[in-house]
Amino acid sequence: MSNGVAVSIQRTVKITVNGSEFTAPEGSTILQACRSEGLEIPTLCYLENLTPVNTCRLCMVEVQGSRTLVPSCSRKIEPGMVVNTESDRVQASRKMVLELLASSVDMSIVSDELSEWMERHQVDKERFGPQALPAQLGERETTHAGHHVRGDGTLAATVFEPVKIDNDQYVRDYSRCVLCYRCVEACGTDAQNTFAIALGGRGFEAHITTEYDVPLPESACVYCGNCVAVCPTNALMFKIEHDMRQAQTWDESRQTLTRTICPYCGVGCNLEIHAQDNKIVKVTSPLDHDVTSGMLCVKGRFGFEFINS
Amino acid sequence: MFGAGGGTSSYKEAEDADVIVLWGSNAREAHPIFFHHVLKGIHKGAKLYVVDPRKTTSAQWADLWIGLDVGTDIALANTIAREIIHAGLANTEFINRATSGFDEYAKSVESFTLEEGERLTRVPASLIKNLAHAYATADRAQLCWTLGITEHHNGTDNVFALINLALLTGHVGRYGSGIVPLRGQNNVQGGGDMGALPNKLPGFQDIETDDRARLRFETRWGTSIPAKRGWHLSQMFDAMERGELRTLYVIGENPAQSEANTNHAVKLLKGLEHLVVQDIFLTKTAELATVILPASANWVESEGTVTSSERRVQRVRRALNPPGNARDDIEIICEIAKRMGHDWGHPTAEDVWNELRSLSPIHAGMSYKRLEDLGGIQWPCTDENDPGSQFLHGRLWADPVVGPLAPFTPVAHVPALDTLSDEFPIRLTTGRRLDSFNTGVQSGGFSSPLRRPETLNLSPEDMAGHGLANGEIVSVSSRRGTIQAPVLTDPTLRPGLAFMTFHFPDDVDTNVLTVDAWDPKSGTSEFKATAIRIDKIGNQADARNSSVQVEATA
Amino acid sequence: MDLKTSGKPASVEEKEVLDAILSKIDQPDPDRNGKILTDGHGIPSFNSGGHRDLLLPALHALQERIGWISHGALDYLSIQLGVPPAETYGVASFYSMFSLEQAPETVIHVCDDIACRAALNADPAEAMGQRFGSDSRVSDNTMWVRSPCLGRCEEGSAALIQHSGSAHRRVLMAPFDVDDLANQMRKPVLEWTNTDSVRIPQRETAPDTLRLLRRVGVVDPSSVDSYKVHGGYEALRRALEIGPENVIREVKDSKLMGRGGAAFPTGVKWESVARNTVRPHYFVCNADESEPGTFKDRVIMEQDPFSIVEGLTIAGYATGCEKGYVYIRGEYPLAEERLENAITAARTRGLLGKNILGRDFSFDIELRRGAGAYIAGEETALFNSIEGKRAEPRNKPPFPAQAGLFQKPTGINNVETLINILEILSVGGIAYAKIGTPDSSGTRLFCLSGSVSKPGLYEAPFGVKLGDLLEMAGGVASGKTLKAILLGGAAGSFVGPDQLDIPLSFEGVRTAGVTLGSGVVMVFDQDADMNQAILRIAQFFREESCGQCVPCRVGTVRQEELLTRLATNNMIGSRSDELELFGSIASVMRESSICGLGQTAANAVESALKLGLFQG
Repeated sequence: MSNGVAVSIQRTVKITVNGSEFTAPEGSTILQACRSEGLEIPTLCYLENLTPVNTCRLCMVEVQGSRTLVPSCSRKIEPGMVVNTESDRVQASRKMVLELLASSVDMSIVSDELSEWMERHQVDKERFGPQALPAQLGERETTHAGHHVRGDGTLAATVFEPVKIDNDQYVRDYSRCVLCYRCVEACGTDAQNTFAIALGGRGFEAHITTEYDVPLPESACVYCGNCVAVCPTNALMFKIEHDMRQAQTWDESRQTLTRTICPYCGVGCNLEIHAQDNKIVKVTSPLDHDVTSGMLCVKGRFGFEFINS
Repeated sequence: MFGAGGGTSSYKEAEDADVIVLWGSNAREAHPIFFHHVLKGIHKGAKLYVVDPRKTTSAQWADLWIGLDVGTDIALANTIAREIIHAGLANTEFINRATSGFDEYAKSVESFTLEEGERLTRVPASLIKNLAHAYATADRAQLCWTLGITEHHNGTDNVFALINLALLTGHVGRYGSGIVPLRGQNNVQGGGDMGALPNKLPGFQDIETDDRARLRFETRWGTSIPAKRGWHLSQMFDAMERGELRTLYVIGENPAQSEANTNHAVKLLKGLEHLVVQDIFLTKTAELATVILPASANWVESEGTVTSSERRVQRVRRALNPPGNARDDIEIICEIAKRMGHDWGHPTAEDVWNELRSLSPIHAGMSYKRLEDLGGIQWPCTDENDPGSQFLHGRLWADPVVGPLAPFTPVAHVPALDTLSDEFPIRLTTGRRLDSFNTGVQSGGFSSPLRRPETLNLSPEDMAGHGLANGEIVSVSSRRGTIQAPVLTDPTLRPGLAFMTFHFPDDVDTNVLTVDAWDPKSGTSEFKATAIRIDKIGNQADARNSSVQVEATA
Repeated sequence: MDLKTSGKPASVEEKEVLDAILSKIDQPDPDRNGKILTDGHGIPSFNSGGHRDLLLPALHALQERIGWISHGALDYLSIQLGVPPAETYGVASFYSMFSLEQAPETVIHVCDDIACRAALNADPAEAMGQRFGSDSRVSDNTMWVRSPCLGRCEEGSAALIQHSGSAHRRVLMAPFDVDDLANQMRKPVLEWTNTDSVRIPQRETAPDTLRLLRRVGVVDPSSVDSYKVHGGYEALRRALEIGPENVIREVKDSKLMGRGGAAFPTGVKWESVARNTVRPHYFVCNADESEPGTFKDRVIMEQDPFSIVEGLTIAGYATGCEKGYVYIRGEYPLAEERLENAITAARTRGLLGKNILGRDFSFDIELRRGAGAYIAGEETALFNSIEGKRAEPRNKPPFPAQAGLFQKPTGINNVETLINILEILSVGGIAYAKIGTPDSSGTRLFCLSGSVSKPGLYEAPFGVKLGDLLEMAGGVASGKTLKAILLGGAAGSFVGPDQLDIPLSFEGVRTAGVTLGSGVVMVFDQDADMNQAILRIAQFFREESCGQCVPCRVGTVRQEELLTRLATNNMIGSRSDELELFGSIASVMRESSICGLGQTAANAVESALKLGLFQG
C-alpha cells in the first residue's frame, strides 16, 4: 500500500540582524526569522497560529530605511533588510509600551516570559501616577464614542472594572484585558468562526464585548473556551481556576501536565490535562499540533467533570 | 476502504480542497475541530456542499445545502453518478486504469435521471446537477460522512454509493482528494484497527481468508483461532433472542440505552444467564449485570493508544489515579485470563502495543517513542523509518496500478424500512448536539451553559399544523413505543421531518421509538429513519411552561 | 454561516427602513467574495462577505429614521447581511453619530474645537452650557453634546443638528449662537436649512490668482451646464483623447504631490494601481475632512461639486477602474447633498455610467457617508469603514495600490488632490510643474481661521511665506498681536510670531521642522487661552484614537493627563520630570503607533511646550 506526504520547496532570503547576517525562509516575518536564530523579541498580541494583528506594539524593531519602528510580528523579511532588535530606540519604545500597558491594565498574572521582560525594563506601573479605581460594571461599555470626562490627571486612567461571571465555565476579568484581539480572532475566522465577541467602543474605552454587552449565555458563545486558551493575561479564565485562585488553592507547583486524547468524538484532539490533587483543573491543547492548533470544542474543553466526580 | 477500514485523507487536506462534501454529517456540532479544518478550506475558497435532511449548522455554512428526504442517499448518489457520466465528466483515464466493474455500475445508475432523482429524493434536479458538476470538475474534492450515512438499514450500501462517486471522478488517492468517514467516538477507528470486528484480526487482516496472517497470530499466541467470522452487535442480540447467546461481556458500552428499540434490548439483556459489565460508570446496562468490573477511564487514568478518523494513532496517558477499586482494562483482562488458567503476567500497555506491532504490519513502525516524537502517526506505517501515511491509495495513481484494482459496487435504492403511513406520517431522525454526547453518561457530568432539555423538534409548519406551542408536551409514538416530550419549533426542519437527540435517555428515551432493523453487512441499526405520530396530550394545563428558547438560525 | 442572535424582534418600522436598504442586494458580488446561497429549496439566503459594505448605510438609515439602533433592529440587520451581531454592534459603537440607546429625536452637536475657540477667545459651547447645562438634555426630545471640529472654522462657530424621524434632517449651522438655534428649532423641521456661505476673500482682491477655486462662488453648484460653461469636463475630454497612459504621464510630469498630508507623488501612486494585474481596481476620493481647522474640501464639495466628479472620473479612467467611491464625513450635510446631486446629474448626462462621452469607458461613483470618526480619514481605516467595519487603520504594507478597498488595488486621493488633476490636464503637466517651487508644484489651499481679520479659504502657489498669507487675510483680528499660529491642524505644529518667514512648501516646512498638513493656518492672538487650546488638542486625540494599538490608545490618555497635571500644578515630581515623561510618551507614539493619528498626536503639543505656549 503506497501513500503520500506533501512536499514543498522553500526559498530563502538573506538579512542582517544586529550586525550578523543570516538567511531565513522567504515569506517569514522578522519575528520568525529572529526566533529561528535564537534572538529574543518580546511579544504580547502575537500567537503563532493566529493572524498577526500587530496592535500591542511590543515587538517593534528598527529597520534601516524606515521612518518609524516596524512590527516584527507581521513585517515580512526582504532581501538585504537590515534590522536592529536592541537599539536604544527599540528599547525605549519597548519600555514605554510595557509601562503604558502596566499603568492601565492589571498585568499581575502574565507569562513568566513577559514578567521577565517587564523586570528587565524596570517597568513602573505607577510612572503616570497612582492607578484609578475600577469603573462601575457596564460603565466603560456604555461610554459613547468620542466623549469622555476629563479628570485632573492625578490618577492614571485604567480599564479596571468588576469581573464578569455569567456562566459556570469561564469568567471575564476585563481589568486584565490588553486588547490583543486574540480572543476575537480565535472566536472568529482564525478558528471557531462563531463570532460571539468583537471589539466595541473606541479609543481607551474600546473593549471586547458581545452585542449590547449581553451576558454570554444570551450571546452566540458556544463555550469552546478557545478565547480563554489564547488569552495572554488571564483576562479570560476558566471558572475552576478563578474559584481556586479566589480560595487561594490554585498552586501550579502542585500541578501535573499530561498529554492525552479527548474522550469524545473521533477527531482525536490532543488534550493537555492540568491536574492538581488528582483532579482535572484545566484542559488545554498544544498549539503546535496540527489537528487542533490549540483549539478544542466545549466537550473536550469542559466535558471532564464526570472524571472528577 | 478497499480492504482497510479508514478514511483515505487527512484533516489538513480539507484546508486545501476545492470542493468539500459533507454527506449525512453535521460536523459543525458533532466533529467541531474537524470542521475548523473545513472552515479554513472555506476561507481559502473551497466550496462546501452539505447533504442532509436538516439545514444543520454545518449546512448553514454551505454554498449549497442539499436537503434530501431521509433514506434516499443511494438514489441521490446514483443520480449524481448518472449525471457525471452523461455530462462526460467521469474520469475515464482513472476508471480504466485503476478500477474494475465500471460498466456494470454505469448500467446500475442508468435509470437515475435527474428527474427520477428529484422524485425519489425531493431535491430539485438543478441542485443535484450543481453538486454533480462541482464534485466532478473539482481538482481536489473531499467527501466526508458520518452516521447520517451509516445508521441506516442499508448503511454499508450507502457507503459504497459514495465510494463509487469517488472512483468515478478519481477523487481518491491524491493529496486533497479523498473519502473520509468521521468516527463518532474517540476510538471507533482504533477498535477496528485492533480487530474488534467480527471478521478481522488486528490490522484488518481477514480471519477467514488470510491464512498466513491467522497462522502468525496462532504461532504468537500459542493457540488456534477459528477461521470463522463472529457476530456483530445486532447479530448478538438476535442470538440472545434465539437463546444461543447466554453470556455477555460488555466493555465500555451502554446497549441498554444506546440500542435502537431499547425496550426490546433491555428485555434481552435481562434474559441473559450471565452479564459482565466493565465500565467506568454504573450505566443502565451495568445495573442489569451479574458482575460489574469497575474500570479506569482509558483517556486519563490509563496508558494506551487510540486511533482517530484520519488513521492517526495517538497516545492516551494516565494523568489521574483511578478512583476506589477501579482497575486498568489490561489488568482486569489479564486477571480474568489468570482465573481461567492462563497467566499472561502483568504486561504494560506498551508491552501489549509492541505485541500488536509485531503482528499488524500497518502498525509495525509505530514505537511509543515515535508516537510521542511525531505527535501520533497515521497508518500504514510499516517500519521505523516510515513517516506514516497522510493519505491512502496513492497506488491507484501509479501506472500500472500496484495491487488490486478498486472495484465499483453497484447498489440499489431501498427506501427506509419504517415506512410513513397515515398512522405514522412524520419522519423522525436523530443526531447530536454540540455540547452533548451519545447517551450523556460523559457529557451529562458538566454544567454546560448551552444545555437545554430534550425536545421533539418540528418544522414551523408542523408546529402550526398540530396547533402546538413551544414547550408543550406531546405524545410521540412509533410502531414500537410511545414517549412524551416537549416540542420546539426548529426552522432548520422541513415539513414532515422531526428531530430528536438521544442524549437524555433518562428523561426522554428516544430509542424507545427507533427501529431495530439493522444493516446485514455492518450490524448498525437504522437510528436515522423512524416513522412517528404526534398526539396532543390534552388541555393546556398539561403543557409545562418550558424555558426552551427558539434557536435563531440563518 | 450559522449566525445566532438573541432573537430580539425588530419593529415593523425598523424592518421597513432596513428592507429599503437591503433591497439593493439583488445579486452576489463575486469581486468581494460574495455568495448568494440557495437553501436547496429556492429560498435565497445571504452569506457574509458579499454586501457587508451596506452596514454603515443601513445603520445611518436606522439612526435617521428611528433615532437609535435597537437590539432588535441590529439583530435583523445582522441576519440579513450575514454579519455576526457582535461585529455589527462593534461597528455601530465605534462611530459617534450612532446611538445604541434610545436618544432624543434632536441632538445638537456644538463645536468646541480649537478654531472656534481661537476665533472667539472662549469656549463656543459655553453659551449652551450656561443655558442648558453641560452635555445634557435641553428638553425631552432634544439634547446637546460637544463636538470636535465641524469644518466651519471660517465662521468661528458651528453646530450640527441631527434630527431623526420620518422628517429627518441634518443641518450644519454656522455661525451658530444659542438664539439662532432657538429660532431654527421653532420652525417646522423641513424648513431647517443648511447655511451656505462662501468666504474666498481673494475673490474680491485678486480673482486671477485663483486656479483651483476659480469656479467657487461663481458657478451654480447644482448645474452641469453651469459647470460646463465654466470650463467643466474639458479635462475629461482631454483625458479620453490622450488615453490612460498619457494621463498618468501628465500627472507624473506635473510632480503633483498628494494634498492629504502624506505628500506622496500622485502619478507614481496612479501608475502602480494602473499596472496592477489584479482586478477590479477601485478609486476612492477621501472627503472625510476632519482635521481640526480644515474646511477646504467642504467648500469645494459645496460650491464646485462637479469638479470632484470629473477629477475622480479621470482618476478612474487613468487607473483602470469602473467604480469610484467618495467617502464624505457625516457632519457635512450640504456638501453631501450637492455632491450626490452632482453624481446623479452627471449620470443622467452620460458623464458617469456606461460609455462615458461615447467612449469605451464606463465608470460610476458611489457616495458613502462617515458617521463621526476622525480616524476614518486615514486611508486604510476609510477602506474598512466603506467595507462595513470599524474604522481601524490597517498595517502597511500592503499599500492600497496592492490591496486596498475590498483587498483590491485601489487609488485614493484627497478632494484637493483630485481637483488639481483638472488643472494639470488643462495647462499640461510640464507647465503645471512650473507653478510653485521646483519641489512643490502647483498651488495650495489654505484654511485661515481663528483670530484673523478675514478668515476663509485662500489659494496660493507653494512657497508663499506664512507672513504673506497672514497679510492676505488682513492680519490678526482687531489689530491684536499674534501669539502663535497652528500650522497643519491638530496633527501639525505651532509656530511663533518669529517664524512668519517660513516658506509654505513641502521642503520649506520640512526645513523648519513643521508640516503643512491639510493647509490649516489657525491664528491665536495675545488673549488666546493657549492652555485650553492645547488641552483641547490632547482631548481630541484621546477621543478620536481608534483604540487599536497601545502607544496611541494609552499614550493619548497619558498625554492629556500629563497636560492637565501641568495646567493644574498637580505634577508628579518636578516640571522637568513631567516634560521628560512627556518626551517619552511622544516618542513612543511617534515611533510605534500603527498610523498617522498616533504618530502625530503629540506634534502640536510638543511644539507648544517647546515654544513655551503652555503655562503650568
